[in-house]
Amino acid sequence: MRFTKDHEWVALDGDVATIGITAYAAEQLGDVVFVETPEVGKTVSAGEGLAVVESVKAASDVYAPLSGEVVEANAVLADAPETVNQAPEAGGWFAKVKIADPSAYEALMDRAAYDAFLESL
Amino acid sequence: MSDETLKLTPLHAAHLEAGARMVPFAGYSMPVQYKDGVLKEHLWTRESAGLFDVSHMGQARLRGVSPLSAFEEVTPGDFIGLKPGKQRYSVLLNKKGGIIDDLMAGRPDDDGLFVVVNGACKENDFKVIDDELAGQVRIDRLEDRALMALQGPKAAEVLAIHAPDAAKLAFMETAAIPAFGVDAIISRSGYTGEDGYEISVPGEAALRIWNTLLADERVRPIGLGARDSLRLEAGLPLYGHDLDETVSPIEAGLGFAVSKKRRDARDFPGASRIAAELAGEVARKAVGLKVEGAPAREGAEIADAEGKVVGVVTSGGFAPSLGYPIALGFVPPSLAAAGTELKVIVRGRAQAAQVVATPFVPHRYVRKV
Repeated sequence: MRFTKDHEWVALDGDVATIGITAYAAEQLGDVVFVETPEVGKTVSAGEGLAVVESVKAASDVYAPLSGEVVEANAVLADAPETVNQAPEAGGWFAKVKIADPSAYEALMDRAAYDAFLESL
Repeated sequence: MSDETLKLTPLHAAHLEAGARMVPFAGYSMPVQYKDGVLKEHLWTRESAGLFDVSHMGQARLRGVSPLSAFEEVTPGDFIGLKPGKQRYSVLLNKKGGIIDDLMAGRPDDDGLFVVVNGACKENDFKVIDDELAGQVRIDRLEDRALMALQGPKAAEVLAIHAPDAAKLAFMETAAIPAFGVDAIISRSGYTGEDGYEISVPGEAALRIWNTLLADERVRPIGLGARDSLRLEAGLPLYGHDLDETVSPIEAGLGFAVSKKRRDARDFPGASRIAAELAGEVARKAVGLKVEGAPAREGAEIADAEGKVVGVVTSGGFAPSLGYPIALGFVPPSLAAAGTELKVIVRGRAQAAQVVATPFVPHRYVRKV
């Protein structure tokens, strides 16, 4: 798993990246009440909006950590957005993206680097 | 505004100790939520009792020869007819009939008029009152007093332990009541739609009283986040969002704050506009919307069935007690009837929204004791 400073995580399987938000981000957001996932087939660029996650208070953007094409969105979140709080780094994933450049994955933070980043906040 | 310049309420230490997330609000550092989070805090207030620090709000006594009649010069309420022990919701109006602020004004005792205004508006409010009523009333601001709200179905039984006389108050009644060893000013009112009280106490005693109330397992501290979702479900407007200096009380659905006597006399600021609006010439009306899909938040456009933009959302979000998003907004009067099918534009997409009656969640005020 790799991480971004915007608190997204990425897990790579072949050239398909599963993307979600970290436990830290989910805790900061509070109770998630709505998730807008991307449509399959959409092309996203790294740093672009991938999904929108809504708490009672506010809407927050989730950014694509890597460029590629959305191949699946997490259908569970439509009826159970609270999955993002319950299992942020597992069942609460947002989308799977077929990535163009797997080497970009390696450039993201690993768990130790992300933990150190959280410590610095 | 940097944190260093933010003011602190007398309850600041209690918020930090309880693990609150503090945010700048109205020039103060205020708790937006505690460890439970907005959703649980909201639901707890609806089922038990929530305790809110609202010490940022502006408390004052208006004193003078006849503060009640003087106050009618800046509001459309019947204050001459305000009996001791009663409180009214009212609005401070500008010359065009726009709302400078909304407020509570009551007579807990014979000491003038006790007024509570919004924290973000208080400096301007008291300046306006001072300018308009110079020579008639003296404004004595009560900056040494804290204000807390105890709200929810169990608020009355909890407060009765500490202030038995508070149980004798009905909704919108107010009294100076010795309680917690201090001179408290207690009114049966609030801004959640629930039964409950607003309790003004000397600042130096606030922390002790706060902790005394929280020692009761029925009571939990509730932050501004849930205060906002609770008042939204109750259909109560929030100044700076649903109300501003362009909005009249008639547009806002606050016609009840323009008393019959004053309507006939037309002797308040902006009376000609408000009389015309009461006669049917109203440009826009506040409505409640039940939203399908993503929450429509402040600033989202409202469109008619054909997709033409006809209004704007003034506050909106997810309603924890209902399980779906709701919003307040302005639309033309022709589209304001309950049942009207409209659209809200969220992130460029039109979503279905239906005009519904407010409050979204029924009020549970105790009107008779």
